[in-house]
Amino acid sequence: MRGQSFITSFTNSAFSTGQPACKLENGSPVAVIGGGPSGSFFSYFLLEMAEREGLELKVDIYEPRDFSLPAPQGCNNCAGVISETLVQNLAMEGINLPVAVVQRGIDSYVMHTDVGSLRIDTPSHEKRIGALFRAAGPRGLVNSEWVGFDGHMLSLAQNKGAQVIKARVTDVERVDGRLQVKTRNTPPQIYDLLSVASGVNTSALKLFEDQEFNYQPPKTTRAAIHEYFLGADAIERYLGSSLHVFLLDIPNLMFAMIVPKGDYVTVCLLGADIDEDLVQTFIRSPEVKSCFPPDWRGDQPECQCFPRINVRGAIQPYADRVIFLGDAGVSRLYKDGIGAAYRAAKAAASTAIFEGISAGDFKKHYWPACRVMQIDNQFGRMIFTITHAIQRIRLSRRAVLLMAAREQREDIPPRMSSVLWDTFTGSAPYRDIFLRTLQPAFLCRFAWDLANEISRRET
Amino acid sequence: MRTGALGKIYQAGEVIVNQGDEGDCMYVIQEGQVEILKEIDGRKVQLALRGEGEFFGEMALFEGGTRTATVRAMGTARVLTIDKKNFLRRIHEDPSLAYHLVKSMSARIRQLSEDVARLENLLDRDSSSAIAGSNR
Repeated sequence: MRGQSFITSFTNSAFSTGQPACKLENGSPVAVIGGGPSGSFFSYFLLEMAEREGLELKVDIYEPRDFSLPAPQGCNNCAGVISETLVQNLAMEGINLPVAVVQRGIDSYVMHTDVGSLRIDTPSHEKRIGALFRAAGPRGLVNSEWVGFDGHMLSLAQNKGAQVIKARVTDVERVDGRLQVKTRNTPPQIYDLLSVASGVNTSALKLFEDQEFNYQPPKTTRAAIHEYFLGADAIERYLGSSLHVFLLDIPNLMFAMIVPKGDYVTVCLLGADIDEDLVQTFIRSPEVKSCFPPDWRGDQPECQCFPRINVRGAIQPYADRVIFLGDAGVSRLYKDGIGAAYRAAKAAASTAIFEGISAGDFKKHYWPACRVMQIDNQFGRMIFTITHAIQRIRLSRRAVLLMAAREQREDIPPRMSSVLWDTFTGSAPYRDIFLRTLQPAFLCRFAWDLANEISRRET
Repeated sequence: MRTGALGKIYQAGEVIVNQGDEGDCMYVIQEGQVEILKEIDGRKVQLALRGEGEFFGEMALFEGGTRTATVRAMGTARVLTIDKKNFLRRIHEDPSLAYHLVKSMSARIRQLSEDVARLENLLDRDSSSAIAGSNR
């Protein structure tokens, strides 16, 4: 390993190639395309680790949007849930989310099916999931008292020393091994390192199609996100501080969730071929109607979008002096995308500071963090396939509900409740969740409840 | 705006952890202040105060066993719990996550060293004046 590392550094050195050494040095300029969570996390940790190493870097974040504005100008097309794992990780990093950013702390979830609903509280009765808006809020919002998550994170990166350039990048070109970044209204700049954190809902990734990189963009699908104004009192009365998840037998619907926020609720749908008809079928279902005031119609959201989400990671999300992060690289399937952005951004920053910025350095030190997520996503696919099957079979829906309800009533280990909690909130790796469902105690209990349901139906 | 307050709220005087209890988590203060009390010979002695952004209860994560002190809210305090399982998993994946904790523990050791030096100095002075008194 030591020998391999030496060879990599040797071939990357100025001596062997005539190119500048693939290391960040004092005064090295770094460009970040995109000021969303990936770009801000990367800039924040890069500058923090550089400070520990006594390294002074110049970090420019290219972000044309103003996150203090409501949608569509400042929006980042997201359900806006910060998982309890990420809330804890950020707290350990010294990043505590203020009440001005988190619109609602979540302490429970309610699972709705056509055979009944069940509320499951966190064992500690503590609010550790944050429901928030990525920008100021939905379209038409006036005088919001809250700050968007993206704006907050960007300001933390700025406090560390990053500069925000309010311009859209129009071209990226290699010049003597380094990267030249062009915009329409700023002079071209040369950078030692370029981090691409543009997400998959802008045209930025097209800039890399004709480059010499072996990068291939991620595969995506569309989600549906609709925001409705209800007012704080109605939200408190009808939805409370719970995430509402739905296991409904609606064709093409894989997963649906309602997230209560300050004055608005966000309805988020995942599945195949999501369109407005599917959204309306979901909204009109009695299980959804029961979560809203009786006079609520749901056909006119204040804001709606069908953003692309990463469902299969990019191929080779790195090259010499270039790194692709977040949705532009490898992300987590369906859940906790912001948590995935945090992990990838930190792995990339630590590689750039402590190892180097060649393709070999990123392959050896950044790619393993992406691989962990990719392997975990395979388990995620199996879990969502099983969830989808349960959604389609009424008996299994009842058995799931029965098992979780018994755990809530009696003092027995919350096996089904914790599997559901971690699946719906994105709080644990999919591999852990999947392995828990294979435990004999879990399978026996589920089989027992299923058998009970079958016999009850027959009698 | 208070709907977004993460963590758990403790009222003034409410005990967050009890000396002698099993500990399987640590805490980060989101708002307010807590006091750390050690029970010695049936008497509660205040060891330290902790404020916003500071940790407490971290010893249980590393050493296991029972809590070595009681922690009580001073005024209303909002506190976030960090699970041992999540903490250890993340530290294993990303050891740099412990950097803030180590930095904070290092600052506490420095403070403790200063306190010990001050106490030793006081003890020395007391014993010197006692000896001088007995010689007179």
